[in-house]
Amino acid sequence: MSTNVERIILAGFGGQGILFLGKVLAQVGMMSGKHVSWIPSYGPEMRGGTANCTVVISDNPIASPLVTVPDTVIAMNKPSVAKFATRIKAGGMLMYNSSLIERQDFRDDVRLVEIPASEIADDLGNPRVANLVMAGAYVKYSKILDFDLVIKALPTLVPSNKKEMSEINRTAFEKGFNYAKEKKYMFGRYVYSVFKGMGN
Amino acid sequence: MADKILMKGNEAIGEAAILAGCRHYFGYPITPQSELPAYLAKRLPEVEGVFLQAESEIGAINMVYGAASTGARVMTSSSSPGVSLKQEGISYLAAAELPCVLVNVTRGGPGLGNIAPAQADYYQATRGGGHGDYRTLVFAPNSVQEMADLTIKAFDAADRFKSPVLILSDGVLGQMMEPVVLPDPVVFDPDTKEGTLTGKGSRKKRNLVTTIFLDADQLEEHNWHLYQKYQFVTDEFDHGSWKDYSCELHQTDDADIILVGYGIIARILKTVVEKCRKRGIKAGLIRPISLWPFPTRIISELSKKTKSMMVVEMSTGQMVDDVKLAVEGRIPVYFYGRTGGNIPSSFEILNEIDKIVRID
Repeated sequence: MSTNVERIILAGFGGQGILFLGKVLAQVGMMSGKHVSWIPSYGPEMRGGTANCTVVISDNPIASPLVTVPDTVIAMNKPSVAKFATRIKAGGMLMYNSSLIERQDFRDDVRLVEIPASEIADDLGNPRVANLVMAGAYVKYSKILDFDLVIKALPTLVPSNKKEMSEINRTAFEKGFNYAKEKKYMFGRYVYSVFKGMGN
Repeated sequence: MADKILMKGNEAIGEAAILAGCRHYFGYPITPQSELPAYLAKRLPEVEGVFLQAESEIGAINMVYGAASTGARVMTSSSSPGVSLKQEGISYLAAAELPCVLVNVTRGGPGLGNIAPAQADYYQATRGGGHGDYRTLVFAPNSVQEMADLTIKAFDAADRFKSPVLILSDGVLGQMMEPVVLPDPVVFDPDTKEGTLTGKGSRKKRNLVTTIFLDADQLEEHNWHLYQKYQFVTDEFDHGSWKDYSCELHQTDDADIILVGYGIIARILKTVVEKCRKRGIKAGLIRPISLWPFPTRIISELSKKTKSMMVVEMSTGQMVDDVKLAVEGRIPVYFYGRTGGNIPSSFEILNEIDKIVRID
């Protein structure tokens, strides 16, 4: 990262745990001594449509927590790519759930990272932990958050009525991290036009 | 230092209210502030407090009147249309000089509008949205930390000035999570207040909390009394012990253009100031923390040193009136606004500044 601030937009279907994924990143950022902010989309689109949130992790106090041009977009479904990917800063990163989004031609100035998050989560027996697979991959690629700190934070973030999720959350996070470790990202050398037909 | 907790703005207000000694909350749900009553519904019973979801906003504000009459620290919250419903009660609270804290997590209006963030309730908040000659103190936090800190100060100010104090926030600040260091708990004893309705007991005369003054001279005397109190409050924020809560200045000393914005907009404007400075434009920022009393004196003084001001709001232009009154025509005051739940980006504000700098 060239600057000391990371602006992330996370997006997907309602129910994919987007807000929780953002909360994990913000919480771990805070525990690392950084300044953080987390803003959810709370509009009517939450019911059945896309959910998204904005996370900023910064070494300095955060002036505006609102993000127009993100450094990173984490997209869990197709409409999210259509909505947010064109805004990514040059040299930024698009990390997407390749189980639900096929490879697309894209801008050549953005790192593309494909993570089959839903498949990995299915293999673990719970499709709902795809968000934590993504968290693992993100922590590996972004290098701004510490692996061990996430492991420490995860159980504290799970609501008390979902304590049984702690174990599988951790496994999903590790799987995502390890998957990213073995895989090299690529620079998109594709054209934006292919995305245009994808609108939501 | 106490631990940092990641909290939503709405929840931070709730916890801070409890730390301030508030044990009574009356409200009615409405997005985007419902996390606040939800939080207090869970927390207040744990501290032997009363959480009550009233039958309506009108019911809730009148319950606030009742609780405040007994000396208790009491809070209600709502969002724009709900706050409109409470206005009659707020007028009564101001007339009876009852301390209480009101929260408006503003959304898009007029009418039912939408649930996205807005700042279009500025007039209603600062002019007193109800009837009669009265003012309401208004605090405008710009972070989750300030949502907590200013809640504590709001209870202090309410008791100090015997007045309703409004926290004017918006949908983003209410929904946003940021790290918070919770303030220390306040020791509050309702029995130290005078004139409260706690039963006549051994007192010779019963206490009376009323807003009816049928005699014209009597009501006029009451109105001038309120007026003098509001003058005193203004002095306190201008020069006195509350002046730290009047406004925040950022890089105004050498500024050619001073931006003015409150709440979440002030956060965006801080980014704009940084970007301006990188481009060689000497920009600064005035962030009113108290919207009433307004930092008129400071803005007036700065208008003698700078070349222009630009007010940015999530409205079609409300606070800009107060800035113009303070500037008294000395320099141009520009305005940029977005409404309907749209939040201006730093880029579009920069574009506006580029136009102004070219004009100047």
